[in-house]
Amino acid sequence: MQKMKLVVVGNGMAGMRTVEELLKIAPDFYDITVFGDEPYPNYNRIMLSPVLANEQTIDDIILNTREWYAENNITLHTSARINKIDRKNRIVYAEDGTSAEYDRLLLATGSKPFMLPIPGKDLQGVIGYRDIKDTNDMIDTAKTHKHAVVIGGGLLGLEAANGLKIQGMEVTVVHKNDWLLERQLDKTAGLMLQKSLEVKGLSFLLKKNTEQLIDDGKGRVKSVRFTDGQEIAADLVVMAVGIRPNFALAESAGIHCNRGIVVNDTMQTYDPRVYAVGECVAHRGISYGLVAPLFEMAKVCATHLANFGIGLYKGSVTSTKLKVTGIDLFSAGDFSSGEGAVDDGREEIVLHDAVGGVYKKLVIKNDKIIGSVLYGDTTDGSWYFQLLRDNKPIHEIRDHLMFGQDSLGNTGHQGQDKAAAMTNEMEVCGCNGVCKGTIVKAIQDKGLFTIDDVKKQTKAGSSCGSCVGLVEQILASTLGGGYAPPSTSKAICGCSDKNHEEVRAEIRTHKYLNIPDAMKGMSWRTPNGCATCRPALNYYLLSTWPHEAVDDPQSRFINERVHANIQKDGTYSVIPRMYGGVTTPDQLRKIADVADKYAVPMVKVTGGQRIDLLGVKKEDLVDMWKDLDMPSGYAYAKGIRTVKTCVGSEFCRFGTQNSTQMGIDIEKAFDHMWAPHKVKFAVSGCPRNCAESGIKDVGIIGVDSGWEIYVGGNGGIKTEVAQFLCKVKNSDEVMEYSGAFIQIYREEARYLDRTVHWIERVGLDYVKKRVLEDAEGRKAAYERLMYALQGAVNPWAERVEKREQHKEFETITV
Amino acid sequence: MSNWVKVAPFEDIPRLGARVVRTKTKENADLEIGVFRLEDDRIFAVNNSCPHKGGPLSQGIVYGDKIACPLHSWKISLVDGKAEEPDVGETACFNTKVEDGFVYLELKG
Repeated sequence: MQKMKLVVVGNGMAGMRTVEELLKIAPDFYDITVFGDEPYPNYNRIMLSPVLANEQTIDDIILNTREWYAENNITLHTSARINKIDRKNRIVYAEDGTSAEYDRLLLATGSKPFMLPIPGKDLQGVIGYRDIKDTNDMIDTAKTHKHAVVIGGGLLGLEAANGLKIQGMEVTVVHKNDWLLERQLDKTAGLMLQKSLEVKGLSFLLKKNTEQLIDDGKGRVKSVRFTDGQEIAADLVVMAVGIRPNFALAESAGIHCNRGIVVNDTMQTYDPRVYAVGECVAHRGISYGLVAPLFEMAKVCATHLANFGIGLYKGSVTSTKLKVTGIDLFSAGDFSSGEGAVDDGREEIVLHDAVGGVYKKLVIKNDKIIGSVLYGDTTDGSWYFQLLRDNKPIHEIRDHLMFGQDSLGNTGHQGQDKAAAMTNEMEVCGCNGVCKGTIVKAIQDKGLFTIDDVKKQTKAGSSCGSCVGLVEQILASTLGGGYAPPSTSKAICGCSDKNHEEVRAEIRTHKYLNIPDAMKGMSWRTPNGCATCRPALNYYLLSTWPHEAVDDPQSRFINERVHANIQKDGTYSVIPRMYGGVTTPDQLRKIADVADKYAVPMVKVTGGQRIDLLGVKKEDLVDMWKDLDMPSGYAYAKGIRTVKTCVGSEFCRFGTQNSTQMGIDIEKAFDHMWAPHKVKFAVSGCPRNCAESGIKDVGIIGVDSGWEIYVGGNGGIKTEVAQFLCKVKNSDEVMEYSGAFIQIYREEARYLDRTVHWIERVGLDYVKKRVLEDAEGRKAAYERLMYALQGAVNPWAERVEKREQHKEFETITV
Repeated sequence: MSNWVKVAPFEDIPRLGARVVRTKTKENADLEIGVFRLEDDRIFAVNNSCPHKGGPLSQGIVYGDKIACPLHSWKISLVDGKAEEPDVGETACFNTKVEDGFVYLELKG
């Protein structure tokens, strides 16, 4: 069958991103031809400022080389400007006479700098700032000329001014408003910014309107005159007063345009064969000039070009950063203030340290962040932006909102929590040994835009994840305005567009009971998923339909498949249960005998108060379990691990409650429980808290009048202190409340969420509402948990009994 | 010279799973090979060692025609033994066939 022909007009970031997305999901669907009017392959336009500032070279910012086009069988025409589309015959024509037929056409013609319509705008030395040519013109002019004037104190203008200064010119920025970046900053931050830039050597003329550019008599600009009569010298004038979508081509072809090429939510124009993405489009009346929305458009457009027919683009909330080295600036959303601000329900939280050069403002409306401005310390910019995009209620965290998320991990990277303060040699990812410099280089050289890309390419943040916050900061500061933090509601994996909540809901509504049915019903893209989605699906099926759904061992991680924990050399560790950490001389003798018999290389006491036999060969596992004749400790499971206890009132002179027995009872009651991630309990007999209840998923502390229950603690990557849930009177209530809490977590959390992550997302208020305020719901949840655990058996004993059915434990010798 | 060795009944290899084969022949003194069965019942065999840190690939999760290593989740193609980008590495592959309900492995002769 002959392939369809896709022609792309525009070799910039939006067009090529769409092609890349398309190649990912449907590599052989189209014969692709690309026309670009610049003489270069696709490059990273947002990195032109660092090029002008001598921080990078043109070669550094090329995203796709000519070889890449060749390898992907893409025909690339550079320096070829399309000037006609014949929609009837489906052919595009370039100025140089080249033409190409299409079945689908993608317009990605970008935007153009807006040139003020004033006398002298066509003089030599008057340019916009858009592409490599403009950048080179500026660098060349700086070698021979002295005075530069930048008209426009917006992001682009300031970046141009900063670069020209570094190139050695005397730079004056002319701006018609009262302060710089008036669309991104309020007045206070704008003035702080101006001061910092003045220290760098830039001059500013505010509240000025340009009247005319004066000819030096030889066709080149020599000065700029303002409406108030003032005139300043200028050998180079850069107009950075805004951009306009470039839609002339589309308009000339009769495609409906309105200040941009009008597209619907699938990025389709009024001609169904023609799609458009990027700065040239008007989507729901809005044109975007930042890179993050373009990538969202590209993704949606690619799925439609690939005939998947899924995904809708619904517009973007954008954030901006200024890429001037040494100046930290971030803004997002709606932060305008002033008179009337209180009337419409806006509230502001402001932190201003003029001497320290820090200014932070959060604008809040109806319990949600609607805008933020950060100057001097932008560490938490992406966190605020995420709260804004996810519409998260903030009353629970309002009192410390201004002090930041502090969500960076605190292990494995020298306690650093501010990427900007790190040198290139400092280690960011302690698991994989990745330094800051390596990450920055990968972002620049390989054109990375997302955390996932960085994880894949550098491995930083891909193991324990404690440094992801730092990696994100590095990404944000390297990319500037190009970075958009991912929304927390993301697809389960590349096999589907559905997020975790949608998948769970569909499993419930359609009562899927096995993985093939679920994948088919939810239109999975891959025949049998991947190593990310299959374990999640398997868990969702089992937790939604206990006793009915079919467990698929092949969709479980090896540890849960063989009920032992794989070690670096492929051997396993065996940890039998010791309920509440209590053992007997008999048990210890048995363990000692087994360790001898199978020559176990190491016997170790674990942090969970039991004994670990390490270095066991897979083929010995079943025999060892048989000899041990003890229950599996589930030390390998996304499920109930241990219930740590202190000695309690039985022996301890301080003990107020029998914490040991309480722990044993809990561990027995919840034994065999699978969960989204591991679940750890602890029970302490008094507030001295020797069982460390404060850092467990459920921590219980005995007091004289009953028990306190704490939830969402975590002692791992990032130490999280458990939060107080409630106080109950007796051990039955401990069971019911903690069981209900865990069951709701099992039913609603995303796979691989610990309790702390789940609570962070839904809020402790929600948990309280479900567990404390709704007595019937609590009882029902507890009963569902008991039902799910009914008849559960010790998996080790089962394997011993049915060893014939589990041949996978045996090695075949030939 | 090639040498087809009978390994096990086809049904002994679990679908979307694997078995480990250890060779004790004169020419192949001590190889450890993972024999994998895809969802569509095709059988593949690769050296049971991830090019990353030697993880036992046979213990990973099989999906499509790939295996995710159980140690650090490198994705290895069962068709050509190559690691999925951006990781770089390769593990040896062995030819397989199924005849009369038995899986055969091609070893050096």
